[in-house]
Amino acid sequence: MQNLPQTEEKTSTDMFASLSSQEYKYGFSTDIETDSFPKGLSEEVIRKISAIKEEPEFMLEFRLKSYEAFKNMVDPDWAKLNIPAIDYQDIIYYSAPKAKPTKESLDEVDPEILKTYEKLGIPIEEQKRLEGIAVDAIFDSVSVANTHKKALAEIGIIFCSISEAIKEHPELVKKYIGSVVPHTDNFFSALNGAVFSDGTFVYIPPNTKCPLELSTNFRINTKGSGQFERTLIVCDDESYVSYLEGCTAPAFDENQLHAAVVELVAKEKSEIKYSTVQNWYAGDENGVGGIYNFVTKRAKCEGRDSKVSWTQVETGSAITWKYPSCILQGDNSIGEFYSVALTNNMQQADTGTKMIHIGKNTKSTIISKGISAGKSSNSYRGLVKVTPNAKGARNYTQCDSMLIGSTNAANTFPYIEVDGKSAKVEHEASTSKISEEQLFYLQQRGINVEDAIGLIISGFCKDVFKELPGEFAAEANQLMSLQLENSVG
Amino acid sequence: MSEQIIDIKELKADIVDGDQILKGLNLKINAGEIHAIMGPNGSGKSTLSKILSGHPAYEITDGAIDFQGKDLVEMEADERANSGLFMAFQYPLEIAGVNNLEFLRMAYNSKQKYLGLEEADPLDFDDLIEEKLSLLNMKSDFLDRNLNEGFSGGEKKKNEILQMLVLNPKLVVLDEIDSGLDVDALRAVAAGINAYKSEGNAVLMITHYQRLLDYVKPDFVHILSGGKIVKSGDSSLALEVEKEGYDLLAA
Repeated sequence: MQNLPQTEEKTSTDMFASLSSQEYKYGFSTDIETDSFPKGLSEEVIRKISAIKEEPEFMLEFRLKSYEAFKNMVDPDWAKLNIPAIDYQDIIYYSAPKAKPTKESLDEVDPEILKTYEKLGIPIEEQKRLEGIAVDAIFDSVSVANTHKKALAEIGIIFCSISEAIKEHPELVKKYIGSVVPHTDNFFSALNGAVFSDGTFVYIPPNTKCPLELSTNFRINTKGSGQFERTLIVCDDESYVSYLEGCTAPAFDENQLHAAVVELVAKEKSEIKYSTVQNWYAGDENGVGGIYNFVTKRAKCEGRDSKVSWTQVETGSAITWKYPSCILQGDNSIGEFYSVALTNNMQQADTGTKMIHIGKNTKSTIISKGISAGKSSNSYRGLVKVTPNAKGARNYTQCDSMLIGSTNAANTFPYIEVDGKSAKVEHEASTSKISEEQLFYLQQRGINVEDAIGLIISGFCKDVFKELPGEFAAEANQLMSLQLENSVG
Repeated sequence: MSEQIIDIKELKADIVDGDQILKGLNLKINAGEIHAIMGPNGSGKSTLSKILSGHPAYEITDGAIDFQGKDLVEMEADERANSGLFMAFQYPLEIAGVNNLEFLRMAYNSKQKYLGLEEADPLDFDDLIEEKLSLLNMKSDFLDRNLNEGFSGGEKKKNEILQMLVLNPKLVVLDEIDSGLDVDALRAVAAGINAYKSEGNAVLMITHYQRLLDYVKPDFVHILSGGKIVKSGDSSLALEVEKEGYDLLAA
């Protein structure tokens, strides 16, 4: 019996050896005509983007100063990621489906695009209304369909593409864009500021609970194009909104860059719930192709008693670099971060959050679940910072990692900076392995290996999934199983 | 003659790439019978239960196992379970975040599906499980907890028996079900086994001690030593072991 552990190690490695063979079911590309700029980045390209979108002067200025900042920056290299050199002159910065991009009704949308969304399981048609979800769909660089705009507008809610907001509500955009993530913030956000092509804008007026889940689906279609969307959500006093984004891309054998910026502003007693199901193409089992997902997401809890929750399920992308954060400025404000990051094959993820406590009695909660399979690398990186003014600040952090097989790595990098005596900061971390014994136990109860892995994973992720809006929790569970499909021989 | 449940012939088995543990074991169990296998540490008792249930770290090198007309050796662990072979684990595993009730229903429905029968919806299943709970003198808040997570030793064993009652198998292999139980838990577990037992199914108890056999009376007792059954008899053999020890019997 003494050599049993060794034997177990070996067989369980065999068991997970073929974990890499799962396929990406959103990997098709749609054959539509697009208007694309030639590859390359220059002031001229930026001016052209701004001109094609008929933007007011302030927007062009914002783009140009972002570009200036970008030129003086270098790629960040502090993350535990192995990022191949990116040639920023070899990227298409603007690609749009031909025909007029802004649609009043779905009848005007290219049927090929609608078919694409149907294949993705996202019928944009009216049926979504029955489910209580309003959808904005971003195809490559532009918004192609936005549903329920009228109904929402009746109660003063603005939900539209950012391009449209820049034209229709320039005062709001001007006031808030760059107010949470300034143009000088970091390399990728500066790039985004220069070339962002579309995204979503949401404004919830005071004393309004948004009656629908708002949702955006991002799709990169054109080969060689980057996607740089910008999302801005402002929730005014005593209001509430729940927002969900989903992301997919075709399977190309070259890498594509996705550098988005998301800014959230929460006013007094307001609450923003922001959920992401990120399933960009991850590359093949040898690490060829896939999306570079370099995203800056930040919320400012500006008003007292405001609250922002980030919930993310990150299963796609070749490389993920992403730290949805909260600046807890208002007294008693609350920041939450719930994350599941699953990496498989050659995927790399360095993701986590920053909670910056500035106001008094501010509270933050961080629950991070990392799952690594194949030869992937999965890191949690999080900062909890308590400034001297933040009396009575509290943080609770829990980071759990699960390893499937033995050829991958999980890392946890917690940074805690506390400047003040009354703060209470707790950190718990664990690393576990799906054991062959657990799998065998479930199998002995008649559950097949794949379902057994799914069950163990969904149990592991339960604390995060329960934060997702109802129907998406089930979807997330399915997605996890899909990602690990055919994983066991 | 009653229906044959399992027939183990000249079974040789080892840990994958390890030492041979079972060295030619023969055992036949018919419906309606309760068998007990006793033996000292290292005699191969646990290996037998793992071989029967299809643990991937163990392999059969020779011999045959017929389970109700099917070749057990060729079946995956989940297939064996769905065909009616249940093993109660000596050390039941904890699975974090997995609701006990949902797990039970998933296991139940896996079997229903395998057998081409209708799967139970949550309401039907609630009725089915309430009845089993009361048999074991268990409270229903037990079902809201996560699978074996933070359970006491006794609760884990009771949960094994609850699973057994829900899945209603043909053959039950109880691997040291009595280990770590106080008298009350032992009584509850025994009550569960006795309630399950019928003319149509069979029980194989693997145990160190006579204690369990006071509550669940075996029809046959076998002594396992050095990977073989060295002696078989009726329930009096267990008492003999208790008195004389294994050494004398195996000699």
